[in-house]
Amino acid sequence: MSEKIKQYIVELFQQGKIKAFLGLKDESGHIVPHLFSNAEDLDGLNFGTERYPLNKILIQLYKRYPDVTIGILIRGCDERGLKELYKWNQLQPEKIIAVGIACSKEQAEYCECSKPYPDTCISGEQTPGVDNKTVKKIDSLEISERLNYWLDNFSRCIKCYGCRDICPMCFCNECSLEEVEFIERGKIPPENPIFHLSRAVHMAGRCIDCGLCEEACPSIIPLRTLYKKVTDIIEDHFSYRPGYDDGKSPLNILGPRPEE
Amino acid sequence: MDYRSVLTICPYCGCGCGLVLQILDGKIIGTLPSKKNPVNVGKLCIKGWNAHEFITSSERITKPLIRKNGDLREVGWDEALEFTSSELKRIKQHNGPDSLAFMSSAKCTNEENYLFQKFARAVVGTNNVDHCARL
Repeated sequence: MSEKIKQYIVELFQQGKIKAFLGLKDESGHIVPHLFSNAEDLDGLNFGTERYPLNKILIQLYKRYPDVTIGILIRGCDERGLKELYKWNQLQPEKIIAVGIACSKEQAEYCECSKPYPDTCISGEQTPGVDNKTVKKIDSLEISERLNYWLDNFSRCIKCYGCRDICPMCFCNECSLEEVEFIERGKIPPENPIFHLSRAVHMAGRCIDCGLCEEACPSIIPLRTLYKKVTDIIEDHFSYRPGYDDGKSPLNILGPRPEE
Repeated sequence: MDYRSVLTICPYCGCGCGLVLQILDGKIIGTLPSKKNPVNVGKLCIKGWNAHEFITSSERITKPLIRKNGDLREVGWDEALEFTSSELKRIKQHNGPDSLAFMSSAKCTNEENYLFQKFARAVVGTNNVDHCARL
């Protein structure tokens, strides 16, 4: 835990810029999310390599306290999440002060992260983005092999909804994956590949590649690879990559009224 | 504004997955998997993900109930225990101990489950012991 970060947060509190700080806390050796409420209460503030969907918690806080300015600990992926959530009107940038940390080279490689650091880092050395090798590997397979690869992986699904529940970009009030018209109830594995492809389509133009879904999957389904591919397709066709300053997802725009 | 995490163990089955309960202003609003717990390392099943829901459920039984004339009625603990023990005795006498079965729970401690099966085997005299986690 860098003292620099702690000092920076203390200053944010003292200058009255934030009323609370959403970060991670060491709780008997476990790292868990926590909302720190003043500069004196930062004792347990800590982080390791464990990541939690802090942005998702921030949305819940914002819903209840829309007028409070909150500081939040962010990595590169969290920042992409914030930028995308602003565009989808789920959070207000004026009410958030992000405190950035850069990921280590090992973390960046583990995630194959394209930008393992936020725009401004208070702590940590910026390491370069990592090339997307897993998608290339799957793309190089014959089409029938590729289909079998995904069908095999999806067949292990136990329908825990963990991928959705942990996803900081899943903010819908109603979820298609719970609609009986699409997905039969009480069937495991869920309809293959409809269940996973439905979610993949919903991640198009939205997934910011944090990889929390894959980390939460008890069946070790390579969800991150699937959504990375979906993100690439959106970029190829619409020149839009979620989580950056430019543009808006084509699926977030109604567009002009069609001609009669 | 108060948001905190409370570490606990999932009450549903015997695996013992680590849960991080999400508490907003004193009320549990959600569950996250504990990333560092060596049992579940950041993963959960659907029961664990929703483990917080039953805590405040209106369907949760908080008082003993006895069915009288077809309807479940609230009764005191003395009446409930008296009824249970007399029925256990009556059924054992009329139909033998193997006409009874004892359903325990993975939500109980080892010691409670030990006592429970001891009661079934040594006091009542049946090996009909099972538990909720065999789902």
